[in-house]
Formats: sequence, C-alpha cells, structure tokens
Amino acid sequence: MNTFSSARLMAVIRKEMRDYRRKRSIVVTMLILPFMFLIEPVVAIFVVPASSGVSDPRNYVILPVLYLLLIPSIMPSTLAAFTVVGEREQGTLEPLLTTPISQQEFIAGKGAAVLIPTMALTYGVYGLFLLAVEVFAKSVVSSAIFGQGSLLVALILMAPLLASWSIAVGMAVSVRATEIRVAQQLGALASIPPVLLILILAVGVIHPTLAVALIFSIILLGVDVRAIRIVAKMMNRERLVTGSKPSR
Amino acid sequence: MVHGALQLVHTGIKGSERSTAPGGFLLTIERGTAVHPPSASSTFEAGVKGEPALVVRHLTKRFGDRTAYADVSFEVAHGEVFGFLGPNGAGKTTTVRTLGTLIAPSSGTAIVAGIPLSVENGVEIRQRIGIMPENPGLYDRLSVTENLEYFAALYGFRDAHVRINDALDAVNLADRAQDLCGGLSKGLRQRVGLARTLMSDPQIMFLDEPTSGLDPVAALEVHTLINSLRAKGVTIFLTTHRLDEAEKLCDRVAILNTKLRTVGRPADLRAQLFHNTLRVRTRTPLANPGAFFATLASINEWHSNEPGTYELEVADVQSAAPDIVRGLVGEGADVISVGESAHSLEDVYLALIDDDGNGTAS
Repeated sequence: MNTFSSARLMAVIRKEMRDYRRKRSIVVTMLILPFMFLIEPVVAIFVVPASSGVSDPRNYVILPVLYLLLIPSIMPSTLAAFTVVGEREQGTLEPLLTTPISQQEFIAGKGAAVLIPTMALTYGVYGLFLLAVEVFAKSVVSSAIFGQGSLLVALILMAPLLASWSIAVGMAVSVRATEIRVAQQLGALASIPPVLLILILAVGVIHPTLAVALIFSIILLGVDVRAIRIVAKMMNRERLVTGSKPSR
Repeated sequence: MVHGALQLVHTGIKGSERSTAPGGFLLTIERGTAVHPPSASSTFEAGVKGEPALVVRHLTKRFGDRTAYADVSFEVAHGEVFGFLGPNGAGKTTTVRTLGTLIAPSSGTAIVAGIPLSVENGVEIRQRIGIMPENPGLYDRLSVTENLEYFAALYGFRDAHVRINDALDAVNLADRAQDLCGGLSKGLRQRVGLARTLMSDPQIMFLDEPTSGLDPVAALEVHTLINSLRAKGVTIFLTTHRLDEAEKLCDRVAILNTKLRTVGRPADLRAQLFHNTLRVRTRTPLANPGAFFATLASINEWHSNEPGTYELEVADVQSAAPDIVRGLVGEGADVISVGESAHSLEDVYLALIDDDGNGTAS
C-alpha cells in the first residue's frame, strides 16, 4: 500500500528549485514580473494626496492595492504550464514515472515548487509596497490602506488561493498539451478569472469589505480544491506517458 | 579502483531490506574484456527451475482501434537475459511500459518480480524493477551526481551516496560526476541512464536499446555490464534492434510483431526454422546436381545460389556429411569444402518478419 512520502515530495521540490536556479531566464522573469506590478500601485499612492478635495482616499487606494493581486494570478501560470509537457519534451517524464513516486506526490511536488517562489516573491513585493506606504506616503493614504482590514485580508489570504488556481489550470493544460509553447499560452488564460474578479472589486461592482474578502476567499478555496482534484484525475501515468486519454 | 576498469558493486539486498553498508559482492571487469555468449552453466539454467521473474499471459494493449500488441504470453526466468526483438511499431516499448506499470493492459495478466501487475501494485512493482528508456531522459541543467541524487531520493535510499558512487564506477563515469548532463555526449548520457537504473538495485532491469548511439568500445562495456549483472542473478529484459547483440547476450529471445511470433534460444530458433543444412563447394559445378542429390537418401532438399555451391538440407549432419563426400568423390567431383551452414539470428528474424509482410527490420 502506497503512502504519501514527504521525502519524495521534498525531492521533487529541491530538484525543481535547483533547476530554476540554473536557468537564468527563469530567475530574471520571476524577479522582474512582480516588480513591474509594484510600479503602478506605488505611483498611484503618491498621486492620491496631490488630488485636492479627495473626500475619501480609501476609494483611490483600492484599485492599486488590488492590482498587486495580479502577481500571484499571473506569475505561476507559465511555470505551471511547463511542469508536465516540459518534462515530456525533454524525455525526463518517463524515467521519473518509473520510480515509486505516486501521482499525488508528483502533483504536490510540482505544484509546491511553483507556489513557493510565487508566494515568496508576492509577499516580498507586498512587504516592499507596505513599507513604501508606511515610510513615504502621506498619513491620509497610509491610514486608508492600513485602516482597511478588507484590503490587507484580500492581499494576504487571496494571494495563495489565486496562485493555486493558476497553478492547477497551468498543470491541467500541461498534461494535455503536446508543446511547451502551446501550454504556456493556454496556461496564461488561467489568469483571466482572477483578473475579472479583481476588476469587479476595483470598480466597485462589489464593495470590498472584510466580509466580501472572506467570502471570496472561501469560494476560491472551494474552486481550488475542485481544480486540484480534477488535475489529480488527469495525472494518470498512461496519459502522462502517451499524451492521450487511457484506453482499454 | 583501477583506471579504465568496469566495476559493479552489488549490495545483494533486495526490495525494502536495503542496508547502508555495501555488504554484497564486488566485481571488477577490465575494460575490453571479451563478452562470452550465454553458456549452459549460466544462471538462466538454474533460474528456469524456480519461480519465473516475469510471467506474461495473453497480454493485449489497444489504443482505441489500434492494437499495440495482442495476446502476448511468455515467461522470463530469474537471472535470464531475455531479448525482445521486433520491427519499429511492433509493440516492444509499449510492452515494456505495460510491464513497468506505466500503461495499463487492455486484457491479460502478468506477474512482475513476483507481484501481480495492477494499478494498486504499481509502486511496489516499480520499487523492484528498473527501466532505462531509449532516451535516458536526464535533466540537462543538473550535474550527473545531481541527477542521480534526485532519483535516489525518489527511491528513498538512505545510502544514496554509496549507491551513486557504485553506480558511477560501474559505468565508468566517476570522473564525470560533476559535469552538467547537458554537456555530455549521447554515449555518456546513455551511461548515466544505466547508472540511474543500476542504482536502485532492481530484480528486473528493462533496458530499451541500451547501446543505441554508443561507439563500439562503449557498447562492449554495456555488454560486459549486462553479462556481469546476469552472473549476479539480475533478470534483464533487453529490447534491441541489434540482432548481433541479442545473439551474443541473450539466453532466449522473443520476436514480436504485434503478436508474438516466437520465443526460444537463438540456436533452437535457427534449428527450428532452417533445419540442418550442409554447404558443399566443388571446384567445378556438378553436371546434373538434381539427379545426383536424388540418389543420396540423407538429403531432403537442396538448392544452389551460385555455381559450384550447394545448400543441402539433411536430417542429421553428422551422418549425412560422410555419405555426401563419398558420393561426390565417387562422382568425380573435386570437393573444396563441406561444412555446416550457419544461420544467424538475423536470418531467423528476417524470415519471421518477412512472413508478416513487414519487410526489413530497423
């Protein structure tokens, strides 16, 4: 009877991290993208005080702050889309599947190897943003951001949930795709629903209160669990090796 | 370790009972050691009597309307080197993938390393076997050692470094251990793939074209390694297109062309298919060979592809040869040579595959 092995899980994560480090283009892309998303919010919070007669600065900081949620939505999709089809293209998938690794360990290891750097960079960028607000922004802006619990909850809680969604979709695409390029392009579509969600919140269709943030987080969690289960079903060894649905 | 030696270190411990201390045997084979064909005293002989390492019964795999292989049945004894031959698309790799639990069969049963083949038993089977695909599949941005470390961790070896060093020594790669795999030649990559398979100390090794792309010296090293593994009781399932390799290494071969065409020892297959044949050469062609050979009762059939050379099918070579020589001399023919006609495994293979209308092997 097979049991989930944390040692095998860690082996996959370690190998993936080692592999990322050796590929400079991956590291550069990983670092540049989050900081690109930092520019807009930082600029926005400095522009707000200049607008005289602002009745409620909170309305002006919502969009730039939620904009930061695009980092965990977009960043992992490319890496996740590479997970299976990339291994298949370089011929490493079959030897890997001949080891005792289980489907669950494979999915968890590959997923975690994308989630860990994504979250490290996302929270890193959040930290820099909040530091910039605390140190440089006018007090009215600072209190508008730190005073809105819903925004901080949305940032902290929804980030891993959005990243997990992107990773699950990216991996599902990766299982089905026959080419890395196709997988990465299709994987990028995973970020559309989160972007729409952020837009809905930002434009005020739904007012971002603490309750809304929590409700969205719970819904996202349910969606993620469902998505991961679907991916797990797709991760059949035969499908991974042959690239087509198992047949009897 | 002697420079240039091919060394195999085997812990002699299988499955989950692995020891951190290499307590088994140590075998060193010098580079260039001649590879001998399987002898009657090989472990295969002993193994045949025991429980087979691999039992395959009526195994079939279909992908939709396409049949990869159908109704395949055979057994492989412990310590046997079993050759699996067939043209491209015959179903060899799919069979290996099925027995390696990567693909589920459409019907039929198999017992691999003593465990019934099923999805539930997949992990346990994979712990007992090693598969080296034709493409060794290495992570190019990782070094040789890092590649092996990854797989050692997936197998959960506590003595990973001992195993890695031993496997690298076995394939003569210890001095390239820190090289990135992306910079290795095809032959060296193949050897890393072999080291990876050896590292898990499998009961059954599935080797898919292990010498593909290797130079003759490297191929000889692989042959030597296979023979040393056989001597230690490791069962080897060898898929190859090189019929000379199969003839040299394999105790038995199976020829697959979607359906299993035959299974047996190369010598037996030759005898079955080509019977006993004598080749006779005379200085000048016989005036009327048909009439002359008809007078000799020991000759069943004869044919001639070139003047003065005759292929004679006989019931028993030992008794027929003297009769034929006497008859030829009596007829006044100048006999240059009389010898047993040699048929290679390639002849067997081509005869069977040609019967299926597949043309030339690749």
